[in-house]
Amino acid sequence: MEGMTPPPPMSLLAELTHRCPLQCPYCSNPLALEPKARELSTEDWQRVLDEAAVLGVLQVHFSGGEPMARKDLPDLVRQASRAGLYTNLITSGVLLDRDSLGRLADAGLDHVQLSFQDVDPQQAEIIGGMKGAQSRKIAAARLIAEDGMPLTLNFVIHRLNAERVPAMFDLAEELGARRVEIAHTQYYGWGLKNRSALLPTRQQLEDTERAVAAARTRFGNRMAIDFVTPDYYADEPKPCMGGWGQRFLNVTPSGRVLPCHAAETIPGVTFPTVHDASLGDIWEKSELFGLFRGTDWMPEPCRGCDRREIDWGGCRCQALALTGHAEAADPVCQRSTDRKLVDAAITEAATATETFVYRRYGD
Amino acid sequence: MTDTSPLTEERIPAFVRGTRLQHDRVRDQWVVQAPEKAFLADPIAAEILRRVDGHTTLRAIIDDLATAFTASRDLIARDVQAMVQDLAERQVLIWKA
Ligand code: SF4
Ligand code: SF4
Repeated sequence: MEGMTPPPPMSLLAELTHRCPLQCPYCSNPLALEPKARELSTEDWQRVLDEAAVLGVLQVHFSGGEPMARKDLPDLVRQASRAGLYTNLITSGVLLDRDSLGRLADAGLDHVQLSFQDVDPQQAEIIGGMKGAQSRKIAAARLIAEDGMPLTLNFVIHRLNAERVPAMFDLAEELGARRVEIAHTQYYGWGLKNRSALLPTRQQLEDTERAVAAARTRFGNRMAIDFVTPDYYADEPKPCMGGWGQRFLNVTPSGRVLPCHAAETIPGVTFPTVHDASLGDIWEKSELFGLFRGTDWMPEPCRGCDRREIDWGGCRCQALALTGHAEAADPVCQRSTDRKLVDAAITEAATATETFVYRRYGD
Repeated sequence: MTDTSPLTEERIPAFVRGTRLQHDRVRDQWVVQAPEKAFLADPIAAEILRRVDGHTTLRAIIDDLATAFTASRDLIARDVQAMVQDLAERQVLIWKA
């Protein structure tokens, strides 16, 4: 790898803001949320989007927080569209109405991914912490379907909603979604903080697997289904982000450029920002992106493992969060000497109560 | 369930909203952009899909390809039929007529 130019990234996650009317306890944002005053300007984002297209990015995912909290979202969508990027909006839907959708569609928005906390309105609102959110989401989905824009419903799965996966497919069908994501919680950031309250049992996981298989048979090609499992019950880790610095970049609300959304936890490295360098320079030359790229950085057991170019040693941020060492094998792996940490978390969750730390700005 | 009999050549394919063919300048290849993923269109697929504009019939697409590549029309017709049926099933293409 040394000295070689890495292949260009395929997608950009543009985290426009950390502001959000909801407070999901599994939110993938970092624990230290960035305030509005530190957010990039419209012009900064427009430049970043152009740089992304020149670099080779094909798809941009506007995310947050709630990206619709930014008034300039239609301008950013338009800029991205003009640059030839496929534009995806990842939203909770609670700020979407006929007018705002119309402006986004005019700007060239290609697709919406709408997140639901549950199908049961009461349970959904316990998770999201916002009264009336469910009916607003349903209304948003209907507006999108009416407009004809392709729609994906996203459900984050955990112990409290796992049993309703079959009903989630029914809702997706009723609302005219072409894709559904059934994504088990990933235990980083807020999800890790709330792990004991969220982690499903193995039995629950298997039930969700069966529900997904049944839906695949039922819908065939009519609905695309994306299923993400909780890696705690796996024997080997997932290839996080398709390999560090290989396919994906993330720009935070204040303009830090990261190989994944949890990378800000990595100690002892400076985080490049869009103020200091172009996306291309950061992708190709920054220390952060080179840190775990390829396989040269790996210690054992990954170094000599035949899966090292399949899962790239798993998630660096999970390794760091659980073992204290970012370069360790992902402790989910059965070959890791730290696997016992994951097993202990499973045992602990089995007896824990369901009290959450809601996602909020710290003081 | 799926009908694999050849389509009449009067039919008109179009990209469904939210999908499109795009030239990837940086990698010099053609890709189909779709919700949450971009997949590679091989050179043959790209030649076919470049002619899908929501107005052109299968007949015209096949004729045009046969002329452009001085190849057997039957062979091309078979390739085009197989590909558009597959992509229609996968919700990339729809039928305008
Ligand atoms: S996961 Fe919930 S709290 Fe976090 S950004 Fe999405 S809707 Fe907001
Ligand atoms: S040892 Fe490392 S490379 Fe091998 S499966 Fe485990 S995490 Fe992946």
